[in-house]
Amino acid sequence: MKFFQLFSRPQSAPAARERLQVLLAHERASAGDSDLVAKLRDEILRAISKHMQIDDDKVSVKMERGDKVSTLAVDIEIPFDAGRKAA
Amino acid sequence: MGKVVVVTSGKGGVGKTTSSAALGAALAQSGDKVVVVDFDVGLRNLDLVMGAERRVVYDLVNVIQGEAKLAQALIRDKRLETLYLLAASQTRDKDNLTAEGVEKVIAALKKTFDWVICDSPAGIERGATLAMRHADVAIVVTNPEVSSVRDSDRIIGLLDSKTLKAESGERMEKHLLLTRYDPARAERGDMLKVDDVLEILSIPLLGIIPESMDVLRASNVGSPVTLADGRSAPAIAYFNAARRLKGEELPVTIPGEKRGFFGKIFGRKAA
Repeated sequence: MKFFQLFSRPQSAPAARERLQVLLAHERASAGDSDLVAKLRDEILRAISKHMQIDDDKVSVKMERGDKVSTLAVDIEIPFDAGRKAA
Repeated sequence: MGKVVVVTSGKGGVGKTTSSAALGAALAQSGDKVVVVDFDVGLRNLDLVMGAERRVVYDLVNVIQGEAKLAQALIRDKRLETLYLLAASQTRDKDNLTAEGVEKVIAALKKTFDWVICDSPAGIERGATLAMRHADVAIVVTNPEVSSVRDSDRIIGLLDSKTLKAESGERMEKHLLLTRYDPARAERGDMLKVDDVLEILSIPLLGIIPESMDVLRASNVGSPVTLADGRSAPAIAYFNAARRLKGEELPVTIPGEKRGFFGKIFGRKAA
């Protein structure tokens, strides 16, 4: 068997195994995050609405996990007359 | 009180229905009273695989909606006295499954059957979550292939969070059933090995079902493989899996692993 392998294509199963291990480590870690992101979004929304009126669906919070650094992107759309309405 | 088993996978086409029928039949062949319930509303197939497609009058949705009694909807297998089928509806959609309705049906079935086997639809939507909701035990059907393993991992996460057992703080008993396994390809390094899948998913192994023509042949004639050809390699694998499900300590062997000289040269592809 080993002899034949010298001439055949490289094995693909080890690649499958490695890709899965990396991917699932990420997916498992971020499964709990969706809760965290939802909480963050809620609190950010509350903090901002103390000062101006904003639309609930105009706030987007995204978390991206990297190997060393994770980023949290918060995108809030503020309407033209937000300050006036709240006041 | 019977045990409720969900057969699930996330991914479609990995062998949930085949395995539900084969395990259900194997358990019934050992003398237990078994009902296999199809949760795939709109795309039912368990009736076809079990050869009862022309005998379905009432289905799970009819029972839930109060249009038929449970006893009227249960179809007894023609070959095995202790094997029953509860079909899914083909004409309605999955929104007709209500959480309360499913709960009532499962509770009633548990009283009269030793095993209630819930054949889950693919995906992670309502049908799948309702199928796993009341389970005592979960069988995760997985192919040795990247997309199937990923989806199984996701389903394991749901089993540990969205089931009644998980919500009440209990541990959900989960077993891996590796299907369509080709030992020759795994040996050559072109298919994930049993140990690879076990290491990644880290749940105990219930059985390994070899890739085999016998499985297709059985479904062609509408018979669970354990009934169609009890001596075939997949049938033996299902019989052993059923024994393990019943709590027997039985070492898992990789089917067809022993290959002679000629097997190595000519038997590269499993039948």
